[in-house]
Amino acid sequence: MTAPAQVENPPLTCSEECLMRPGNTNCGGCGMSVGLTFLSRALREAGQRCQLVIPACCGIVTAGGYPTTGYSVPVLASTFASAAAFAAGVAAVRDLNSESHHVICWAGDGGTYDIGMATISAAAERNENILYICYDNEIYGNTGGQRSSATPPGARTTTTPAGKREGKKDIMAIMAAHRIPYAATLSIAHPDDFLRKIRTALLLRGFRFLLIHSPCPTGWKSEPGESIELVRLAVRSGLFAVYEVFDGVRYRINIKPTGADPGEYYRRQNRFPADSINLDDVRSSLKASNDRLAKLAEVFPAGG
Amino acid sequence: MTLELVTGNHAAGYALAAAGEANRFARGAACGIYPITPQTEIVEYVAKFPFSKGRIIAVESEHSAMGVSIGASMAGARAFTASSSNGLAYMTENIMVAGLYRLPIVLAAVNRTLGPPWNIWADQGDTLYLRDFASIQLYCETNQEVLDSTLLAFRLAEDRRILLPVMVIMDAFILSHTQTETDLPEQALVDDFLPPLLLPHQLNFDHPATIGGLTWPRETLSQRIEIDEAFERVPAAYEEHRAEFRRIFGRDVGGMISMEDTEDAEAVLVASGTIASTARQVVRQRRRRGERIGLVKMKMFRPFPGEALLDACPKAGKFGVLDRDYAAGLGGVWWHDLRSAMQGRRDGAIVQGYLTGGCGGDVTPDMIDEVIDDLLNRRSAGKPVWKGIDR
Ligand SMILES: Cc1ncc(C[n+]2csc(CCOP(=O)(O)OP(=O)(O)O)c2C)c(N)n1
Ligand code: SF4
Repeated sequence: MTAPAQVENPPLTCSEECLMRPGNTNCGGCGMSVGLTFLSRALREAGQRCQLVIPACCGIVTAGGYPTTGYSVPVLASTFASAAAFAAGVAAVRDLNSESHHVICWAGDGGTYDIGMATISAAAERNENILYICYDNEIYGNTGGQRSSATPPGARTTTTPAGKREGKKDIMAIMAAHRIPYAATLSIAHPDDFLRKIRTALLLRGFRFLLIHSPCPTGWKSEPGESIELVRLAVRSGLFAVYEVFDGVRYRINIKPTGADPGEYYRRQNRFPADSINLDDVRSSLKASNDRLAKLAEVFPAGG
Repeated sequence: MTLELVTGNHAAGYALAAAGEANRFARGAACGIYPITPQTEIVEYVAKFPFSKGRIIAVESEHSAMGVSIGASMAGARAFTASSSNGLAYMTENIMVAGLYRLPIVLAAVNRTLGPPWNIWADQGDTLYLRDFASIQLYCETNQEVLDSTLLAFRLAEDRRILLPVMVIMDAFILSHTQTETDLPEQALVDDFLPPLLLPHQLNFDHPATIGGLTWPRETLSQRIEIDEAFERVPAAYEEHRAEFRRIFGRDVGGMISMEDTEDAEAVLVASGTIASTARQVVRQRRRRGERIGLVKMKMFRPFPGEALLDACPKAGKFGVLDRDYAAGLGGVWWHDLRSAMQGRRDGAIVQGYLTGGCGGDVTPDMIDEVIDDLLNRRSAGKPVWKGIDR
């Protein structure tokens, strides 16, 4: 009889070791749930603890209603714009007291790209010793699905009923421009890469920024069971570039697009009205942005 | 005791820094800071201070300044900040959080007219409008009072029966930029007065709570009621800390209210901040002429010490309230609060509002004389009277 295959990463159940306890309020198929599970695993493997600072967003609702909490670590809810400021205060006191836990912001795209932009920019400029994770569901989920500057062109939200006309803000370029030690994009469809990047971020000090492409069946009008498949398609088609930037200047592309058809990604979500996407335009702009990124990685490589 | 010539801003900065330094054997001091005229020198003072265990973070806005202080306080450090005018308005959302999170953050505020138009002179409207957000407010009349009240503010704020932010407030320029002789106490005395801070609800791995998450109406209401109960405990706690202040520093930090000839006064002026100094001189002069006039200087606002005021003026049937502020559509905020405090206690009294010195106008002895004449001649209270402008 052959021995059962060695399982390298035992599946993490929602136990005390997971940041997110059973009984949280996330929708089925929510990318946040997977992201938090991976974050838990990386922390556990590193033998490290964290305190979370969460602005107004779905992530604070995850905790459920007082006096219970869906999180297994101390969580400080911040005002919508203030996560990076609250976290800077918490982290400063941690460092004054030579404590070793991580202070992690867990924030939506609204709290990051929009209302929190000045705060996050200032914290990055000061290189505060915090790990800032944005789960980007490309919409204001908490308030029922309005546009953000992370909403992709063509997507219908309650405030862009005909599909968004503007592009998606390039937050990675903005964060890189702050010359922070580490900025990376993460896809929950690629756990190894995802975990490695969290580990990398946990090893570094200073302001670290991670951007998770976080499926939101409620806002994307997609099937909960297809969440992982959708973000995988986004990577394969080049709609979501998976890369990392060191010190704001050295680039590495981690997962290359395979040339998959972006049309498939759009068709499987009802947030994109049929006439809101011109696939030829999409393909040419994708090519331009991915070529540009490839060039950056070639000319300014992150090294071994 | 060594007296030095310092501004109100210097006095506030000195006290904030000494209080932060006094926590060096506990979790230290940390805060966010942001400049605005006329308080800028306060944050510059703390930014320069060589803390043994502290970090002052110069951020990009008042909103974030209070945000950093909230994070620092939640992590157990002694935290404070300072602002004025539109800075306070911009900070408001997080000032509210500091109160609702029951954080003992001390906020030094220099009263400046809210804009536009831009006007940097004294007006209490910028702090009075924050009255509903669970912070204690202490208005000061001298630079010494600013320094002493700032130290007292930390004790009061950190008292476990209270746990509320405290604002220490002074008039723009009249105090903030005017040097007067002030005793700057030694660090050792401040250390004695301010024991290490141990915040009971500090972020804690043994009790991983979500602070500020979704909370149901009943539980939120209980939290508001707890705040109300804490406010009720403020007067008694204030007196305890005032006595302790006297024991350690050998002087009085001043009462929640203080009286000038109110025992037998038939008409009483009610004033705060530096207007109280001018009013006191005028009241004394007219007393010497035999007029039964008194003055109550209000130091504390929220909780409003209305009962103490009425007890101090047993004979008064007329109250003239001097407001260096204007709440649009209403009149003076102090006047409004005093009228509420009167209800059911001295219903027949005339409570007349005078809008004096708003938007940085001078409040002269002559103006106070006019106010007293008007008050004495009144048979009933009317609309608030604007002073200092011919229209
Ligand atoms: C100052 C302020 N403005 C507006 C809101 C209302 N609000 C709460 S969450 C939210 C949207 C959050 O969107 P995002 O950051 O993308 O997170 P998500 O809800 O999608 O998880 C808004 C507009 C608020 N809480 N505070
Ligand atoms: S609305 Fe979207 S982001 Fe929010 S919990 Fe549901 S799936 Fe997750």
